[in-house]
Amino acid sequence: MKTLEIPTFECETGNYHTFCPISCVAWLYQKIEDSFFLVVGTKTRGYFLQSAPGVTIFAEPRYAMAESEEGDISAQLNDQKELERICLRVKNDRNPSVIIWIGTCTTEIIKMDLEGIAPKLEKQLGIPIVVARANGLDYAFTQGEDTALAAMTHRCPESNHRITDQEEVNTAKVILVDTAPNNNLFGQKNKLTKCNLVLFGSLPSSVASQLNLESRRQSVSVSGWLPSQKYADLPALGKGVYVCGVNPFLSRTATTLMRRRRCQLIGAPFPIGPDGTRAWIEKICSAFDLKPEGLEERESRIWKSLSDYLEILTGKSIFFMGDNLLEISLARFLIRCGMVVYEVGIPYMDRRYQAAELLLLQRTCEKMKKPMPRIVEKPDNYSQVQRMHELQPDLAITGMAHANPLEARNIDTKWSVEFTFAQIHGFVNARDALELVTRPLRRKGDSIPGCRNLSKQTVNV
Amino acid sequence: MKLAYWMYAGPAHIGTLRVASSFRNVHAIMHAPLGDDYFNVMRSTSERERDFTPVTASVVDRHVLARGSQEKVVNNISRKDEEQKPDLIVLTPTCTSSILQEDLQNFVDRASLSSESDVIPADVNYYRVNELQAADRTLEQITRFYLDRSRKQNILDRSVTNKPSANIIGIFTLGFHNQHDCRELKRLPGELGIAVNQVIPEGGSLKYLKDLSRAWFNTVPYREVGLMTATFSEEEYGMPYISTTPMGISNTADFIAQIGKLVNVWTSAISEKKFNYELYVDNQTKFVSQAAWFSKSIDCQNLAGKEAAIFGDATHAASITKILVKEMGIRVSCSGTYCKHDAEWFNEQVQGLCNEVLITEDHTEVGDTIARIEPSAIFGTQMERHIGKRIDIPCGVISSPVHIQNFPLGYRPFLGHEGTNQIADLIYNSFNLGMEDHPLDVFGGHDTKEISAKSLSTNRKNINWTPEAESEPKKIPGFVRGKIKKNTESSAIQNNISEITIDVTFVAKEKLSP
Ligand code: SF4
Repeated sequence: MKTLEIPTFECETGNYHTFCPISCVAWLYQKIEDSFFLVVGTKTRGYFLQSAPGVTIFAEPRYAMAESEEGDISAQLNDQKELERICLRVKNDRNPSVIIWIGTCTTEIIKMDLEGIAPKLEKQLGIPIVVARANGLDYAFTQGEDTALAAMTHRCPESNHRITDQEEVNTAKVILVDTAPNNNLFGQKNKLTKCNLVLFGSLPSSVASQLNLESRRQSVSVSGWLPSQKYADLPALGKGVYVCGVNPFLSRTATTLMRRRRCQLIGAPFPIGPDGTRAWIEKICSAFDLKPEGLEERESRIWKSLSDYLEILTGKSIFFMGDNLLEISLARFLIRCGMVVYEVGIPYMDRRYQAAELLLLQRTCEKMKKPMPRIVEKPDNYSQVQRMHELQPDLAITGMAHANPLEARNIDTKWSVEFTFAQIHGFVNARDALELVTRPLRRKGDSIPGCRNLSKQTVNV
Repeated sequence: MKLAYWMYAGPAHIGTLRVASSFRNVHAIMHAPLGDDYFNVMRSTSERERDFTPVTASVVDRHVLARGSQEKVVNNISRKDEEQKPDLIVLTPTCTSSILQEDLQNFVDRASLSSESDVIPADVNYYRVNELQAADRTLEQITRFYLDRSRKQNILDRSVTNKPSANIIGIFTLGFHNQHDCRELKRLPGELGIAVNQVIPEGGSLKYLKDLSRAWFNTVPYREVGLMTATFSEEEYGMPYISTTPMGISNTADFIAQIGKLVNVWTSAISEKKFNYELYVDNQTKFVSQAAWFSKSIDCQNLAGKEAAIFGDATHAASITKILVKEMGIRVSCSGTYCKHDAEWFNEQVQGLCNEVLITEDHTEVGDTIARIEPSAIFGTQMERHIGKRIDIPCGVISSPVHIQNFPLGYRPFLGHEGTNQIADLIYNSFNLGMEDHPLDVFGGHDTKEISAKSLSTNRKNINWTPEAESEPKKIPGFVRGKIKKNTESSAIQNNISEITIDVTFVAKEKLSP
């Protein structure tokens, strides 16, 4: 076998645009129906939240700000008393089954002891209080969900599943070993009569049930999701429970599941695109030593149904500026669609958690005879724009701050956030994902003469 | 700590960034964690800006916390200086930098040694001021910086222009209909024979600031931003200013009269000529603006005595209140603003024009007040529009905070004579929508909706309606239904009745009718 091109990673200045991780609140509160999210911080956070998720704020969302005032910062006021007062009001007004405190940069810097206060208030109020530190000092955008889920991991009940094979598995080793594709480590633990599989990652419930169905087809039943639709239904975890991620940004959750809850991680590519979905299911099957059935046909049927979109995409080039960590999986999917990827910007790259995905990316490049894209961690938006200027990609996947200016410079763009909110997982949604990618390309047409370049700023390259 | 779901005015740094990025070739560097450059998104999407927003962040992360951000900030400033050669770099503090208490002035001093651009730190206290106050302050700071410096360098031109001229202060990015207002404001003095000397900050160039004081006077169309700059130029350079907002017919006339006065002070000294604008105002009011005629027409008669509630920033809420009451004969039951810092002025303006003045930053208070009053129309911000949706009352948007649909492509000023037309349309359409319900309901209508509980608060009264009784209020036209329902309930409570039967509704109705 030919040796694969080893992916090289570059790291730039980290001067890029992304959303603050607390924005995860906007989708998590919708996912966990009986929750209430309390963001502890200053006005910046509140302002950000109210503008980011747009109109949902008006539908009486189950989230709010505990807005710090000057007194809180100089510690004249007692944090615990203040939070108690606020949580009591939340309890009376909304009666949630769990309150999730989102720590921000402010609480981080003034070292507010949220983790210390929470258990006390929890006892007092009789409502579970989960603390997640999702701040812009440490994380980007979707990683907010990661911290929230990692915090919730501790609240999942203990599974009383008994395993016959008591052999300790070195958790670190699991993923390491897993990067080698044909290893059968999991095969040894196949004596399970019933699969105990928990999937983690927040997906709209219809997408979650599609994935459930997919794995049931292979006679693997999913025993639970983290997060669940209701806080009360959090899945049982523990030794002998297999876990598998559905999104590439959940590395802390994965680590916590392995280290703290002794679960076994199935390191797989992510179920984005038909290729990803198939590889994901295959990995799960192999963990339970099952032979996947009918997957190949299913995948090729999906590809066939996408042919109109593939026609548009083949040979086109694309540039990911990077802001939500879905980039590697999307790039892999699009290369398989026949695109050329120039650059994959990504806020943070966990090579262990994403190992299987990276491997698939390499394979895909080889198979499609496309060059391996340049992967840039912590990109620098300014330099990226300069590079784009030289490369002139057909499409740029970018944040909203750059979309209009790039369009004015005649580079077609697609807002990257849409990929976090749209349904792109599983076989069924592959079409939706491509619908997003192709939209700007389909829209194209120089119907208005003389409007090639509409920018006002002169570019000095 | 304060429990908050929604904010009318944003945090301070947004104000600074709005002013900085409105000037030409000014770059702002925020001292902030990753993710706080959300301003760029707002500007790029709401204003559909074609160019990259000249704002970057000097990212505060763990490393910075451990080692301080001096190196990084200084590097970032020098880098921007080289890359884009701005005239000015404004180092913008955020909540985070306020807490860190780093010495931004010191960073700036270091950075300006090596950079060609001017560098200043925005002098804004995050915890004391909001977005609007910060914008006001930043504009003053930048103007002062350049005027003072040109004075020191002796290049400040203080001779007034030959022809009468004016500066327009306070037009800037993401302002409510600012672009359109600006066009209207440039046209208005033009027709009076007055040139526009400069508009700041929008599109303003720092090189020319030294000529700012050549104008005969300043105009500050919006109270929120520009007043500080105007008072400073009056104190130090003796420039008079007009702070009347030319919104509505009488305000516009007043505005023009003030211009006349200021202009005549000089012209009479120079040439013994006097401008007389009375005829102009008269003509404009009668023929250009349709609003005066509109308020006489039958349409507007139908609006007489209708009730409205108003909420917004101080400028818009006060002006619209005046227009509704004085120019259209509409009753304003409540007028309010979230500009707490300007409460005194606001109170003065709407004195005697409305039954109730509401000054608050809490949208639930606004919502509950509106629900209690049940006006036929609301004029407010996007928040009030949504409140209106929930309780079935039409709403016209008259003030920030706004959404992208409030950045229309078509010409929609609020100021000047064209502005009066736009406002008349807005008001008439809002009421009209509410009235359309009416005939439909009266004629047996289409309405099978459940009666909405028109209170926004979460605690509902413990009262049951029997099904027949429920159907009774449905026969009442929509726009008064809520009120009747509420009256019925309160009469039931008074009489210790816990279930409302059809009889109770009749009893209540009897009591209500005169
Ligand atoms: S948590 Fe940090 S990054 Fe997020 S809004 Fe607050 S200061 Fe900004």
